Amino acid sequence: MPQDLGALGKITKEVCYATDSSGKYVTELSNGWKVKTDALDVAWKEVEERIATAKQRVLNGEASPLLFFMEYRLMDPGILADYTGYWKWQIKRHLKPEVFKRLSQRKLQKYADAFNVKVEDLKTMTVHEA
Amino acid sequence: MKLDFEHRQSAHCESGVTSSLLRKISGNKITEPLAFGIGAGLFFCHIPLIKINNGPAIAFRTFPGLIFKRTCNALGIPVVRKKFGSKTNAEAFLQRCLDEGKPAGCQVGVYYLSYFPKEYRFHFNAHNLIVYGKEDDNYLISDPVMETTTTLTSYELERVRFAKGALAPKGQIYYPDTTAKITDEQLRKAIIKGIKNNVNQMLRIPGNFAGVKGIKYTGEKIKKWRDKLGLQKAGSYLAQLVRMQEEIGTGGGGFRYIYAAFLQEAHVYTQQDELLEISNIFTQAGDLWRTAAVHAAGIYKGRLGSQEDFNQMGDYLAEIGELEKAAFTQLKNIKWK
Repeated sequence: MPQDLGALGKITKEVCYATDSSGKYVTELSNGWKVKTDALDVAWKEVEERIATAKQRVLNGEASPLLFFMEYRLMDPGILADYTGYWKWQIKRHLKPEVFKRLSQRKLQKYADAFNVKVEDLKTMTVHEA
Repeated sequence: MKLDFEHRQSAHCESGVTSSLLRKISGNKITEPLAFGIGAGLFFCHIPLIKINNGPAIAFRTFPGLIFKRTCNALGIPVVRKKFGSKTNAEAFLQRCLDEGKPAGCQVGVYYLSYFPKEYRFHFNAHNLIVYGKEDDNYLISDPVMETTTTLTSYELERVRFAKGALAPKGQIYYPDTTAKITDEQLRKAIIKGIKNNVNQMLRIPGNFAGVKGIKYTGEKIKKWRDKLGLQKAGSYLAQLVRMQEEIGTGGGGFRYIYAAFLQEAHVYTQQDELLEISNIFTQAGDLWRTAAVHAAGIYKGRLGSQEDFNQMGDYLAEIGELEKAAFTQLKNIKWK
């Protein structure tokens, strides 16, 4: 039974099934396993890179802050469309900085709700979460 | 208000919720492995062309919702299951369940699930939990993967019940008829039905990317990943495979250990001695999945990376595919007493 403290292990131990000395299955609590913690790290490292790239593109004026928050919230246009009620093609338009700048407060609010941030923070790519 | 409900931690959310909801009426007999096995939970599927979180779409378990449905079906227990267009109606219905004294299962998305560690919050919408009461604005939650019970505010619960994206829960709520009774004979028949279902699902499913054939298919794909995707991306794909296999909810070894545990419990009810031997084969399969995961970690951590290493990974999966084919063929050939 692996006991390598992972992200979940800090919050809750997880149930695993393993055999005891007589070969009978019992449940045991595990703190995590290095192999899968590493797998999770790989996934998040990739996300971090995507967020950094998106941020740079917004700063360069190549994309609107939506791109940053989509990467930050792991949302593709499909998920964001479902959360906001916009069509995907509308979202793609709103990803252009000049279109984004002209969006009404009401439209921005829908995005802010989907990302769980304030409209002001949406415009400035500010996040308050650790 | 707090219903009489005992939280029990389990490995996998849906089989955990199923066994918890059925516990009382089964007189404590429905354990997590029994729910998983009767619900024919074991599966393998690698959907081509579709990407999840920019990686391969691989599942080690059956389609969400099926475990609860099949388990109740096999036991002959009527089920209430509802989805909602309106958030208000969804909450009103939940409130009514609680008023009637029924703990209710809810399908939720984990991305905005506040008590989950941040590292686990992807847009995965097929998580399950039980609501068993409400105090002020807080719903009392029994989440099977957590050690203890927890709470969500009504807004937080609404948000996860109406998470968006693939497999959106749409407020789905479900509970079994709590006046039903489960006898040992019903249980025995349900176990046999569950095993037959799982045999069909793994051996007879058409196409080459699901069931035991799917494992080999993924193995063949892996051998090509290095040339096709480059070393880094190929490593990320392997990391995703390992996450689906070992991450929270699988009980380890891509659910193979839970299934092995199920077969041991099935033996108690059916007295078919073959089940113990076949259980051992699933333990071996689980061990081999873990060996493959260690090898994969060597690749995504950068210790390994040659084409030979990818071939080895593919060969592991081919071997596992053969092993599971043998196990399910033996299950298929059992002459039930």
